[in-house]
Amino acid sequence: MTAPVRAAATAPVAAPGAVARLTERLASLVGADKLITDPVELATYECDGLMQYRVVPALAVAVRTADDVRTVVRECAAAHVPFVARGAGTGLSGGAVPQAAGVLVVLAKMRQLIELDVPNQRAVLEPGVANLDITRAAAGHGHYYAPDPSSQQVCSIGGNVAENSGGAHCLKYGFTTNHVTGLDLVTPQGELVELGGKAADPPGYDLIGALVGSEGTLGIVTRVTVRLLRAPEAVQTVLAAFDGTAGAGAAVSSIIAAGLVPAALEIMDALAIAAAEATVKCDYPPGAGAVLIVELDGPAVDVAAGLEEVERHCTDAGAFEIRRAADAVERARIWVGRKSAFAAVGRISPDYIVQDGVVPRTALEEVLSEIGALSAAAGVRVANVFHAGDGNLHPLVLFDARVDGELARAEEVSGRILDLCLAHGGSITGEHGVGLDKLKAMPKMFGPDDLATMMLLKRAFDPQGLCNPGKVVPMPRLCGEPAGHHSGAHPLVESGLAELF
Amino acid sequence: MELIDGLVRSCPGSGPRPAGVGDAVDGVAPEVVVSPRSNEEVASVMTLAARRHCTVVARGAGTKLEWGAPPSSAQVVVDLSAMSTVLEHARGDLVARVQAGAALAALNRQLAGGGQWLPVDEVVPGSTIGGVIATGICGPARYFYGAVRDLLIGVTVVRADGAIVRSGSRVVKNVAGYDLAKLFTGSYGTLGIVTEAIFRLRPLPPHRLYITAVYADEAALKPVLARVLGSQMAPTAIELERARPDGSIELSVLVEGGAGAVDERAGAVAQVLGGADASDRPPATWGSLPGPVTFKVTTELSRATGLLGLVRRLAVAYGLAPVLRGSAGAGVFFIGLGEDGAPAAVAGLLGELRDGCGRLGGNAVVVRAPATTKAALDVWGPVPGLDLMRRVKGEFDPDRRLAPGRFVGGI
Repeated sequence: MTAPVRAAATAPVAAPGAVARLTERLASLVGADKLITDPVELATYECDGLMQYRVVPALAVAVRTADDVRTVVRECAAAHVPFVARGAGTGLSGGAVPQAAGVLVVLAKMRQLIELDVPNQRAVLEPGVANLDITRAAAGHGHYYAPDPSSQQVCSIGGNVAENSGGAHCLKYGFTTNHVTGLDLVTPQGELVELGGKAADPPGYDLIGALVGSEGTLGIVTRVTVRLLRAPEAVQTVLAAFDGTAGAGAAVSSIIAAGLVPAALEIMDALAIAAAEATVKCDYPPGAGAVLIVELDGPAVDVAAGLEEVERHCTDAGAFEIRRAADAVERARIWVGRKSAFAAVGRISPDYIVQDGVVPRTALEEVLSEIGALSAAAGVRVANVFHAGDGNLHPLVLFDARVDGELARAEEVSGRILDLCLAHGGSITGEHGVGLDKLKAMPKMFGPDDLATMMLLKRAFDPQGLCNPGKVVPMPRLCGEPAGHHSGAHPLVESGLAELF
Repeated sequence: MELIDGLVRSCPGSGPRPAGVGDAVDGVAPEVVVSPRSNEEVASVMTLAARRHCTVVARGAGTKLEWGAPPSSAQVVVDLSAMSTVLEHARGDLVARVQAGAALAALNRQLAGGGQWLPVDEVVPGSTIGGVIATGICGPARYFYGAVRDLLIGVTVVRADGAIVRSGSRVVKNVAGYDLAKLFTGSYGTLGIVTEAIFRLRPLPPHRLYITAVYADEAALKPVLARVLGSQMAPTAIELERARPDGSIELSVLVEGGAGAVDERAGAVAQVLGGADASDRPPATWGSLPGPVTFKVTTELSRATGLLGLVRRLAVAYGLAPVLRGSAGAGVFFIGLGEDGAPAAVAGLLGELRDGCGRLGGNAVVVRAPATTKAALDVWGPVPGLDLMRRVKGEFDPDRRLAPGRFVGGI
């Protein structure tokens, strides 16, 4: 475990005894039964899915209602005590790491699906509702909720809103931000504001657009209205095996060039395949140096036509085996290797860093070969799993923390991969967020004026700087945090509740 | 020193000239018009304007300057028409980077050469990219492809203080930092001057078919509309048009795709519509705004027929003849009135329309109206979250120099 972040460096400092007095007040205002003060219990909230950033909060409140949230935030503001919201705690950038002298607002118990409105194609949700539960509720009515992060069995819609979560199918359907039409926000001053609703285009600034992806730094969302989509008439999934990633990448290029828009385009390289085979026995074609998974959905007639084209592009790019899923069971078999890839890497390496970077799709092949060179030169193994359709790479940098110097070398390689992404005009994060983990990379992607402009938005919402302070936008004094790595699997992954993407 | 002399001295390249009659911004006369050719020139104009405490309004082709509320002052017009270059079409990445002064139609002509397009309908002929972003205006295709805010992935903006800043990037998938591009979309130029934009693109569909059917009244339309919304034929657009308040209602569905497939899907849609015609040409009014008095109204998806009924009743009550047109798929409609309606009647209709749309889960705002009519109207109406919006404005433009008064709540 690495040392906790020096959160106090950026957090506003409350007066001594402020939290103790606040705890007393909250006990009478929201009820002592909702307060978590026991140190052992508090320690369970010390980190999110990225476990090397650990801070135990002074107080956690398991809120039940928007009123609770309002009260807690209002009292925090009055006492000048910082606060952080937490959903399911599956985030991968340290965005929900608490403040040591602050309050953690735990939204996991606000998990009511308030309304499933099929005629209006909307669902109204409390923030703690699990992503997959929306689709589970809507499926019987022929609808679904499109964004599907891999942790969707457990990750909460509130966390999805904070992180602007994507998933394997965002190539065609977009991200959380494209699917939220309404938010109830408790502002950092403790006021409840209703933004949007079930209808489109609420007048005024697009505050919903600004809030989605703001990583809980602009307020706490207490209600979310999302779009439900009509389930597609047909879904077809194809797995194509290639000698190496170059062939898979070439197939993706020609699929896109042909004007096809698959729902998903995913690539795994040899090392990622080996890890998946060792774990879930996904039975991918033997000898594959890379597999490409293509999923098409839509009207049956379109899917049938697209499928033929996709298979032709794969063959032309050198695929030596192509499998077409005949039904939902076979589709699940194709996906299981891909979806378990991250956790599976734990089988072939004691420790690993999950990186999340983006390059323009056309730069994929070049960047992959550069990553290969980087890996060879440093003697550090890198397994590659990526959303090829949108250039979102998830290199898994493998190391053994027990061996002196391996962590440092792995961190070096992981950081250099982000530099490669930026050198190709990409991004430091495609879906995991900045949180604490990538603060130091932000100045590499944005200039001082760009970052200062982001702070204008932060100040407009949170002039006191109490709401999840020190995340997303780096403060001048905050630097030098250790880079992230995983030791073993996250408890949720281990228990089979979540898959890392 | 005169403002124009200061601009000539500090920013000669932007060609400062005295404003003429044709440069008025919704009836407000500016002093100077500048035509910068680069981000840096826009920045130097803004820096000088900040030093002189001047108000500024950005302009593209000037096709929507009379939208929203009139600004309280517009001393300098920043005309972006000299910044009209398509900077990059990364075909393999399905991304384009373009200067704000480029015409939407010109951009799409260029992209079509590479088999792609920015799937935003040209609702107002001649619109520039900057104007489309400032107003967020988009047409029928938003049902399938999303609105302007969904397609914009990066912006370069010159702030009120002259700083040139970027948000987003040229990769589609990116969650680094706040998404300021969405904040600028639909902000009517009140937060900064957008000078460049990066959009995600889509492949141009090989074929388009428009399937149209006509219904006598709301009752006849209602079940059909529900079935179309629940269809698995993945239409691109679902549009309504009622040219007379008590007249028949036209429902048009756009289906796009490959040659054989599009026919089959169009056939399935026609069956849902019952007695429908298919054409490869859009209906005459497709994606255009009714007017010259134009309101934008929204409802929950299933309440479109409620809106039709409401408008029919209000037409009788106020002796007006509103035209209703818009996206039943997105729940976003435009209501057009003639120029001859008495301002008091128009205001009365707007007030009741606003209340009624509220009951239908949406709202109503004025897009445009001739000055005499607009003077009688509350352009934006009540706006939830206004306090937060004022604070955002206060941070981005603390001196209220960017199109002051044009936006919600007098922002």
